[in-house]
Amino acid sequence: MTDMTLPFAPVEELGTESYLDEGHTVMSWLGTTDHKRIAILYALSITVFFFIGGVAIALVRLELVSPQGLFLTSDEYNRLFTMHGIIMVWFFLVPSIPATMGNFMLPLMIGAEDVAFPRLNLISWYLYVIGAAFTVYVLIAGGVDTGWTFYPPFSSNYSHSNVVAAAAGVFVVGFSSIATGVNFLTTIHMLRAPGMTWFRLPLFVWSMYTVSIVMVLATPVLAMSLLLLTAERVFGLPIFDASAGGDPILFQHLFWFYSHPAVYIMILPAMGVVSEVLACFSRKHVFGYAFMVYAMFTIAVIGFMVWGHHMFVAGQSPFANLVFSFLSFIVAVPSAIKVFNWLGTMYRGHIGFEAPMIYALGFLGLFTIGGLTGLFLASVPIDIATTDSYFVVAHFHTIMVGGTVSAYMAGIHYWWPKVTGRLYNEFWAQFAAITMFLGFNVTFLPQFIMGWEGMPRRYHIYPEVFQAYHVISSFGALILAVAYLMPLIYLSLSLINGERAGDNPWHARGLEWQTSSPPPKKNFRTPPRIDRDPYDYDVREEPPEPKIGKAL
Amino acid sequence: MTNGAAGTLEAGLQEPWPTRALQREGVGVGMWIFLASEVLFFSGLLITYAVYRSLYAEAFRVAAARTDIVYGAINTMILLTSSLTMTVALRAATAQLRQLAIGCLIATAALGLAFLAVKGLEYYGDYTKGLILGAHFALAPPETQLFWMLYWVMTGVHAIHLTAGILIVLTIAILFERRIVPLQASTTEGVAIYWHFVDCVWLVLFPLLYLVGR
Repeated sequence: MTDMTLPFAPVEELGTESYLDEGHTVMSWLGTTDHKRIAILYALSITVFFFIGGVAIALVRLELVSPQGLFLTSDEYNRLFTMHGIIMVWFFLVPSIPATMGNFMLPLMIGAEDVAFPRLNLISWYLYVIGAAFTVYVLIAGGVDTGWTFYPPFSSNYSHSNVVAAAAGVFVVGFSSIATGVNFLTTIHMLRAPGMTWFRLPLFVWSMYTVSIVMVLATPVLAMSLLLLTAERVFGLPIFDASAGGDPILFQHLFWFYSHPAVYIMILPAMGVVSEVLACFSRKHVFGYAFMVYAMFTIAVIGFMVWGHHMFVAGQSPFANLVFSFLSFIVAVPSAIKVFNWLGTMYRGHIGFEAPMIYALGFLGLFTIGGLTGLFLASVPIDIATTDSYFVVAHFHTIMVGGTVSAYMAGIHYWWPKVTGRLYNEFWAQFAAITMFLGFNVTFLPQFIMGWEGMPRRYHIYPEVFQAYHVISSFGALILAVAYLMPLIYLSLSLINGERAGDNPWHARGLEWQTSSPPPKKNFRTPPRIDRDPYDYDVREEPPEPKIGKAL
Repeated sequence: MTNGAAGTLEAGLQEPWPTRALQREGVGVGMWIFLASEVLFFSGLLITYAVYRSLYAEAFRVAAARTDIVYGAINTMILLTSSLTMTVALRAATAQLRQLAIGCLIATAALGLAFLAVKGLEYYGDYTKGLILGAHFALAPPETQLFWMLYWVMTGVHAIHLTAGILIVLTIAILFERRIVPLQASTTEGVAIYWHFVDCVWLVLFPLLYLVGR
């Protein structure tokens, strides 16, 4: 039996102290350098912003029920969708998986005591909070109306809203992702436990590695473009001002040089989570492990070379359009490899339908739809016809919400017993997962159709012919809202009266599950040595009998 | 700067590092990764410079001739010298030569301050020559403003980096001097790498801003 060499003594012998018992004061949390506690600080903060961004879009969807608009002025409408975009992109999606699950699981998965620079890790959370404070100020001061893309000359010379404060918030929060990226890369390079070779790393760790590269190299360019924009708005420097020969398109290049890779900042961690969940609940080794790693690297690298596909109508040369189009198509290859390998992982597996698995399966379907509609948009003529339409809106929401949020929920449920030591109500979790999938499709499938038929984004007064689609979409948003609120309730309840989970309720094989749940402050009571890979589910003689997951 | 459980660990070793050698290597790795990020930060400015210079080469030639090369050259020498003292400080910290290491750190910070002082004189000169952007800008054609916009932003962002560097160097010098933190190479190495990077940025900016017009 190629079992763990990790000496795994019964918990009673070693004491049951977990990281949660190391101090209960507020300062023991706000001053902590424990990666597990910082992960929880992050999780709480991004949850707050997720719901603020959600309220903004709920008002937008309500407004769109009527073709004449219901209760908002055009200016208020612009501010709402802008705040939704800024908050969801920078204060939820970008930090979502890396800063929470990445922070918590990465050291556990490689057998380290903590990340390489624990204090830098805490600083990164405070940077997030400072950026968030700017954003809250913007909300209170009346919002910003430029769209989340901040295009000049509107943002630099014409908008009367709080552009500078909003840009400052994004600028600061960017450095929190850079700090996280630096920390993760150094941790993975320097602090792997003995025997944790590169190709024994769990795919989630590989996803953190690749996403860190993108965060470290792309985010500073966004910071500089926002700095230049702010300098133009505040000091009147004619940086993107055409009257002095400046080029507004240059801002778009700089902005998308970050903001396209930002999509991969959102989706690569999601891929990592889903790989862990699918392997565990199929009781099988990940199919094509090495190619999964290469595919993530390919996506991360090519992701830097496709930003121009956001600018097909911005006056780029046809030659540049052609190159960007070609490279965008290329991204489909590693993405497809991953989808096929996930299917291969499940093929002839012993599949269970616990809640994390349902979320992961939802990811799989929605990521495929999002990816395939991305191919439409990579093609120059189709993109020119659908630019700034709801087709684009539906496409990127399918990746960001259908993909990343599904995977985020999958990860939250999968690692919930690890983090808290408790089990949640499985029935409600499964119900919420299915509701979320249905709600998502009811919301966004009509948007694909009306976008294709010509409904432009960012307008709240629209031709009556689109009303039916908008009403269905808004109804779907209501279902989604319910699906997001349910976990808030049953996960909170599980903290109060949830059943004790035991150390490894899923019988998962990853190293993070081989210590107690919740883990002790230093993660492992005995320094781990690794002599196997993290997905050797096949060596087990019989499939486990999960004590949960029977609700459906 | 907390040391792990004192007495059981090597002096200066911090969690989660198992050995001091590994910690030093790790600080270096982390700092180099951060510098990769910094390079991309400045590359946003460099690409802006490249685009506008290729579009308006003549305006850039006219505008760049107005920078003050005397101040620029003095500052280049000051900053290169500061990198020398920083290198000596790192070597001294590695060899545990306390006084030399701390002295060189202070000299490095002093040279950084001298750079900022010269820069301030230069800014004042630019101001009196009407090179502040706005309605009364001294040069024509309008595209010369793009060069001067880049001049102010590039030197400004560099000065902010240098200021941060000075503060960090002074901080570790004080921590070492008061023995709050034992004199250690790993911290010094991280700071030194950053300092040399800020120096290197200046070596790129100097020709772009001071030499192209001459």
